[in-house]
Amino acid sequence: MAQPKIIVVGGGLAGLAATIKIAEMGGQVDLFSIVPVKRSHSVCAQGGINAAKNLKGEGDSTWIHFDDTIYGGDFLANQPPVKVMCEMAPGIIDLLDRMGVPFNRTPEGLLDFRRFGGTLYNRTAFAGATTGQQLLYALDEQVRRYESEGKVTKYEGWEFLSGVFDDHRVCYGICAMDLRSMAVHTFPAEAVIIATGGIGAIFGKSTNSVVCTGSAQSALYQQGVYYANGEFIQVHPTSIPGEDKLRLMSESARGEGGRVWVPKQPGDKRDPKSIPESERWYFLEEWYPKYGNLVPRDVATRAIHKVVYEHHLGIDGQPMVYLDLTHIDRKILDKKLEGILEIYEKFVGDDPRDTPMKIFPGMHYTMGGLWVDFNQRTNIEGLYAAGECDYSIHGANRLGANSLVSCIYGGFIAGPHAVQYAENVIKSGQQPAGRIFDSERKRQEEINARLMKNDGTENPFLLWRELGDIMTKNVTVIRYNKNIRETDAKLVELLERYRHVNLSDRSMWANTSFVFARQLYNMLQLARVIAQGAAMRDESRGAHYKPDFPERDDANWLKTTKAYFAADADEPRFEFEPVDTSLIKPRPRRYDAAS
Amino acid sequence: MATNSKSVLIRIKRQDTPEAKPYWEEFELTYRPGMNVTSALMDIAANPVTKSGKATTPVTYDSNCLEEVCGSCAMIINGQAKMACSALIDQLKQPITLEPFSKFPVVRDLSVDRSVLFENLKKVKAWVPVDGTYDLGSGPRQGALDQEQLYPLSRCISCCCCMEACPQFNEKTGFVGAATISQVRLFNAHPTGKALKIDRLEALMGDGGIQECGYAQNCVEVCPKDIPLTKSIADVGGQTMWQAVKNFFRT
Repeated sequence: MAQPKIIVVGGGLAGLAATIKIAEMGGQVDLFSIVPVKRSHSVCAQGGINAAKNLKGEGDSTWIHFDDTIYGGDFLANQPPVKVMCEMAPGIIDLLDRMGVPFNRTPEGLLDFRRFGGTLYNRTAFAGATTGQQLLYALDEQVRRYESEGKVTKYEGWEFLSGVFDDHRVCYGICAMDLRSMAVHTFPAEAVIIATGGIGAIFGKSTNSVVCTGSAQSALYQQGVYYANGEFIQVHPTSIPGEDKLRLMSESARGEGGRVWVPKQPGDKRDPKSIPESERWYFLEEWYPKYGNLVPRDVATRAIHKVVYEHHLGIDGQPMVYLDLTHIDRKILDKKLEGILEIYEKFVGDDPRDTPMKIFPGMHYTMGGLWVDFNQRTNIEGLYAAGECDYSIHGANRLGANSLVSCIYGGFIAGPHAVQYAENVIKSGQQPAGRIFDSERKRQEEINARLMKNDGTENPFLLWRELGDIMTKNVTVIRYNKNIRETDAKLVELLERYRHVNLSDRSMWANTSFVFARQLYNMLQLARVIAQGAAMRDESRGAHYKPDFPERDDANWLKTTKAYFAADADEPRFEFEPVDTSLIKPRPRRYDAAS
Repeated sequence: MATNSKSVLIRIKRQDTPEAKPYWEEFELTYRPGMNVTSALMDIAANPVTKSGKATTPVTYDSNCLEEVCGSCAMIINGQAKMACSALIDQLKQPITLEPFSKFPVVRDLSVDRSVLFENLKKVKAWVPVDGTYDLGSGPRQGALDQEQLYPLSRCISCCCCMEACPQFNEKTGFVGAATISQVRLFNAHPTGKALKIDRLEALMGDGGIQECGYAQNCVEVCPKDIPLTKSIADVGGQTMWQAVKNFFRT
């Protein structure tokens, strides 16, 4: 039998994990990525990866990891796949260890674990504070090995434009653009796995990398793929505001004992080190005595917002609070957190070993994404999704250090299922009509030609700023229906103005503003899914918080939001699906008291 | 421009295609505290007009994470190989000059093709040869001290600054450069990785191999991650010499 050919789009952790599984099973992979895969956004993950190895004698178990994840996600995730992920996690850590990830060690030479948010156990394995980088490199190296054996072909410097589907909505390949020559090509395959990560750029500045625009997910949504729980956006409590992006300050800073505080006196201008303990307010420790600084991210983010905007206690009147590590021994800080301390030092100019860091919440992660079943398959036959771009694991709020494990889990499930499906396609002799490739390529070339020739007055970079500003203001931490509806109206206006985009560069070689303009259109379409999903959900659950509906409403809203694109109306439509809560009965989620 | 607002002067060496002749353009941007070179390039993209008021195109450059972990945005800034994201405007003398790397093929403007490094990593088999991804139990036990030695080597972001700065890295020598040699040290020190030690050392023998290093030490000075590259070269140089001696007696 012919070898199954699978296309993987995205070379972060999920894409590389899938690639390795497929190559190992004898499949052939075409791996597409905008950047060289070693430069993917997964490198930005810092703090660690969760697995209940129970190496600290605490009685941790995969069931408790499962329970923490479901509870942390406010019961919105379907439970069976989350349970499987937590059970696979210890094996995934062992595999990464065998691949050479330089995890921190205990004196005995075993893997060290630290604490993270939303759990009371030391469950997070880590490699300094650059765990994502180290994990990505380990998988990148294994993929390079398969590449040198001819089992993987990399297409680095290619932008995914669309899927190639036949009349029966079966996926037979993709359409992509060479980012140098700007040429559009189609690529056939028996199955396609989408692993294109996050959508941070929709919010303007975020902790995400430049490539995290959500453009691929949006293109597929506009082709009929369901997009689920789009309204669930994680805002990380501790980021460093910057001119070009918000840089993440890992939760591991708090996992290693970092404390969040503000001066009790509004507008206190003293050097933070000279402010005595009695005049500092450690508000997280006071409000959440059990979890303290390690409450889940949605809880910590709302607390910081409250302190800044309701108590008016932001540092020096600014939207910032202190994250303090100065009480911890420098040697321990260097061993366990060096990578993130270096980022703060380089980009802010202060040494966080000597002076408390100034931080503020920043858009970080999308819990929502392409809808998949328990085998990572989308509603389109032959099309799979894995990693941050799929919605399946984190419910209404992701726990820290669960993203790395969910990416690898997703890739490890999607890869083998895609191979199995592809083998069946080959066996059945099912063949796509050649015209579907030609017509998809022509459709994309027409979009390109139109954009290139467009003669208007709108600047895509300025439209993007307007998009980011309004999404950050109205569709992140605190949500009011009136503001969200205004946002959606603004999105309609931006889409209309997009029709008059004028490119300042019309050359056909490595034209980055042209590529960006294409991504921007997809961002605008997906932003409507996020905004409208948020407007509809009249409750508060996990990261989705409406002061007018402050409680979780299981009777009406314990359900998955599924958006699909109504092409004739050029806007999203919604349906809902019950959540599989067959393993853990939903209970109130409270971190301020025993649960 | 208002007299009270500070401005930032940037000169950029541009090139439209790999074959085209380079030219310089000068930009004057409004200063904001905390600006870095990447945010300056974003400002130019939003308003691509030169200092003299001429409309131009946004500058093509590589970037991704913007926090000095992905290795994308390396370029020559005021004459030195650096990452554009961590190059803060406040710390640079103006006018700031931006040029593409000189030892790699220019794609367009500040974007260059650095795939040679990834090819080199294939040649030296920079990976741990695991048996498979199925459940085979835990990895080899490693002391905390060993981890502390290997981890810094594993933080190489493949930016290629060390290669750009190296006087020996050129077409004449075909030298592989410090980054690849340091990866050989990393994998040869790993309990499982060392199974491929001989292959790696042999890949570093001969023309373009480790003996091309002229000990200029530029690599270690420009490395944004402070990787002990000269130590790696000395260490792997010793390993290669031993291997050459062993090979001599084996034949």
